[in-house]
Amino acid sequence: MSLVLQGTTTDWVFSVRALLPVVLLALTGLAVFGINSLRPDGRDNKLLALTSIAGTLSALAVTVWYLFAGTGQPTHGGAISLFSGAIVVDGLGLFFTAIFTSVATLVIAASYDYFETDANPASFYSLLLLSTTAMGLMAVSNSLVTVFVSLEMTSLPSYALVAYLKDNRGSVEAGLKYFLIGAVSSAVLAFGISLVYAATGSLLLPDIAAQIGSIGDLNGVLGIGIVMIAGGVAFKTASVPFHFWAPEAYEGAPAPVSAFLSSASKAAGFAVGFRVFATAFQPAIDIGIDWGLLFGILAVVTMVLGNFAAATQTEVKRMLAYSSIGHAGYALIGLAAVTAGASATNATVMGAAMAHLFVYGFMNTGAFLFIAMVERWGVGRTFEDYAGLAERAPMASLAMAVFMFSLAGLPLFGGFFSKYFLFLGAINAGFWWLAAVGAVTSTLSLFYYSRVVKALWLEEATTDLDAIGDAPTGLYAAVIVAGVVTVLLLPGFGPVIETAEAAAAALFA
Amino acid sequence: MILGALLAVTFAAALLVFAAPDEYAPKLAFGLSLLPIAGSLYLWSAFEAGGNALTGGEIAFSTAVPWLEVAGYQLQWYVGLDGISLPLVILTSFLTSLAIVSAWTPIDDRKSQFYGLMLLMEANLLGVFTALDFFLWFVFWEAVLVPMYFLIGIWGGPRRRYAAIKFFVYTNIASLVMFIGFMMLVIGLPVNSFGLPEISQSLAAGELGSFFWLPADTLALVAFAAMFIGFAVKVPVVPVHTWLPDAHVEAPTPVSVMLAGVLLKMGTYALLRYNYTMLPTQAEYFAVPIAIIAVVSVIYGAMLALAQEDLKRIVAYSSVSSMGYVLLGLVAFTEFGLGGATFQMVAHGLISGLMFMAVGVIYNATHTRLVGDMSGLADRMPIAVWILVAGAFAYMGLPLMAGFAGEFFIFVGSFGSTVLPYAPVFTAVAMFGIVIVAGYLLRAMQGTLFGPFNLETDYDLDRAPLHDVAPLVALLAAIIVLGVVPSLFFDMIRDATVPLVELLGGGAP
Repeated sequence: MSLVLQGTTTDWVFSVRALLPVVLLALTGLAVFGINSLRPDGRDNKLLALTSIAGTLSALAVTVWYLFAGTGQPTHGGAISLFSGAIVVDGLGLFFTAIFTSVATLVIAASYDYFETDANPASFYSLLLLSTTAMGLMAVSNSLVTVFVSLEMTSLPSYALVAYLKDNRGSVEAGLKYFLIGAVSSAVLAFGISLVYAATGSLLLPDIAAQIGSIGDLNGVLGIGIVMIAGGVAFKTASVPFHFWAPEAYEGAPAPVSAFLSSASKAAGFAVGFRVFATAFQPAIDIGIDWGLLFGILAVVTMVLGNFAAATQTEVKRMLAYSSIGHAGYALIGLAAVTAGASATNATVMGAAMAHLFVYGFMNTGAFLFIAMVERWGVGRTFEDYAGLAERAPMASLAMAVFMFSLAGLPLFGGFFSKYFLFLGAINAGFWWLAAVGAVTSTLSLFYYSRVVKALWLEEATTDLDAIGDAPTGLYAAVIVAGVVTVLLLPGFGPVIETAEAAAAALFA
Repeated sequence: MILGALLAVTFAAALLVFAAPDEYAPKLAFGLSLLPIAGSLYLWSAFEAGGNALTGGEIAFSTAVPWLEVAGYQLQWYVGLDGISLPLVILTSFLTSLAIVSAWTPIDDRKSQFYGLMLLMEANLLGVFTALDFFLWFVFWEAVLVPMYFLIGIWGGPRRRYAAIKFFVYTNIASLVMFIGFMMLVIGLPVNSFGLPEISQSLAAGELGSFFWLPADTLALVAFAAMFIGFAVKVPVVPVHTWLPDAHVEAPTPVSVMLAGVLLKMGTYALLRYNYTMLPTQAEYFAVPIAIIAVVSVIYGAMLALAQEDLKRIVAYSSVSSMGYVLLGLVAFTEFGLGGATFQMVAHGLISGLMFMAVGVIYNATHTRLVGDMSGLADRMPIAVWILVAGAFAYMGLPLMAGFAGEFFIFVGSFGSTVLPYAPVFTAVAMFGIVIVAGYLLRAMQGTLFGPFNLETDYDLDRAPLHDVAPLVALLAAIIVLGVVPSLFFDMIRDATVPLVELLGGGAP
């Protein structure tokens, strides 16, 4: 067995090896089922959590190994095409899989404490693992069919996860809203796919690109199809105009699920968006279907709406939900700044957007997990309720301050470089107005992020904080690890951005 | 490598103190703060370089390690010293140690966090004065704000939250304006690194191109203006000075010492390094408006000080006035103007530090800072009072003290300036500021220190403890040494500033 996979052999062993991270996640999900069915009455929370973490960590390790060994990348024979081209393993897929597995690891570690008293935690872990598996598939989907199927496979467990607290009205309501809007957007996406198929006669992304030049007067049909597919992406990434489920779902869901949805699920949406639009629809710009402009407008509206709405919230979790919409707007710049034929600048800006999602995966997950910890302590939800927490939990509050400053883009943590390179890439591609809106909204965001820091550190406690004696190990560890990674991503940003840009460049080559 | 080691040791000291138990933190912080002093004294003894680091002169202790590469730009860990930055490094390490000792009496809450943040701020300040890569510099520049925000916001006076946020918002918006201005400049240049020497020399060679629709000439003017606005807030000059009195009055004594002594110098240091080194022609273009700002700061700041009843506010506003002199020296753009401005940065750092500490010692004993609440303190606290008097005379420019040397150099330099039209008029008006300084300092001292003893607050006046007085004595000694032998610093400062004067073709001394 060579260290690096190469070539186009089609035996099943090769396929399993190429998709090993996804396979490991799926097997772990099934193992959790297995443990639960062997001991249906046992409350094996620890065993289940450890099994799940072992699965996500090994998937992460394999992903990182593949990334650095060069599997599926131009240095080692280029993308690995499987199942007649419906799946393609390349740098982009691996990069996003690294995000999903990192976030899933942190969320599972936190859930161990969050669902400590839950009667049957096995269903939670397996839903989470299966959703992560499907995200891994989304990142390697190279055909509109696999895109649709894997997107549905991701969404269905997510609906159940949001409504996981069955006795909590907010959780159930959030799950229902999420499901209804998800169903509508799935329908829109499916219709869009059928229109694209009608116009081009193909579902494989490279074939679509090849057909676009010769579709004649069907370009109107194609255009409507592309807009509808963009709508599907907007739903999954919580961008305008399909964003309005996000504040409700993130607020009502258990906080670890909010962390998972707002970091991993959003990144999965972008993985699909980046691949589909860069591979299949790039030639469409030449025949007048300027989806770059569409995403540009969506990016501006999403950035402005997310940040302004976040500034007016009184509850921390809801503020973070809107901030998550704002960050989707930043990542959309990666699609908005794509112009036909400029593969160098396209790759730079899309790579920067991927790097931003990577950093975001840690800082945003960490922030939501801090909220999970606060929920577990039974402190309230508003900014006032957070007052003075730093005195009782200094390390966790320090980590939260790191997340907030990093999300705001202060140049002390990873969030600065990722935003900055995104804006610089946009300017280099000629889209200075995207960078300008990004910079202004990013400055505004400092206002509402610093409110959390102010409450935690500068204000005196308004509530009784006696409950904050115990340190839930898993939650604490997850928050601290996310904080340390966010800090280290400033000096260590080099490998991330270089990997991301190489992956994006392969897409545009 | 030695500079990297200096920074690493200071960061490690900060972490160590942050984690130490409260009862050991004060002494431990002082002990560890002696390490940077030893380091900076070693740097001084081993310093041999001549010339300006940015214009092609020799760079002492220089280290350049690639950090990351993106969008065609190479970012580096690039540090080094020249005659401008070394005195400020020495000032920073010296003043931090003394400020830590002066905190022993007033700070009695969350001590390890306080001293940890002080050392963290020192580490970042040392980074600001040694970094030669724009991004590295910018990270340190912003990282100074965060400890300052917490130091004012947690340990400050009654209106501390307002003061901390005002400080944070003002300086962050200023940083953004500066950042945008500088980025426009760099994008217009044919450089592939953010090294300040490379950028400076590329500008000097006239390689500036256009930025979108802005032609090179206008771009340089816009960038100069943006950077000037950004740095002017930090200095601060009238009319963007309003955050300073709030921050000073609310900050505890040791924090005021750092704020006035070192943080304000970041602004003038950056003006010298960026505006007045990189864009000398534009500096000449803007000479008159900036000279007006400088003179207005001198006179208006002094008049505001004249109107105050709070001793700390008096010293705070007098800083605005003194920094006006520094700006006047920069505008003059002569050997003694630039050199005197740099010397005055150090001199004012020591003198204002002394004044704030002395006021702090009096406040510790009397629990009031209002001029009307006390009189005749000289009988009860002789040592502290006489040192305060000596500091006030240093402020007024008594010969053989550092303040005299600094102001004298500036006036000599600005009087004969060929860059600034009507230089003698500006100089004469600014010199009038000294009269007002003498006016308000003598008035305040007469009211509080001399005459019959009276104290409105009910506290027994004890002699100040030794660890309150010792830093005052050390500062006074440093002020006198620098006043008697200004060449200790002025020789190396002149080595580094004369090459700048030559950028505009010389001029009168």
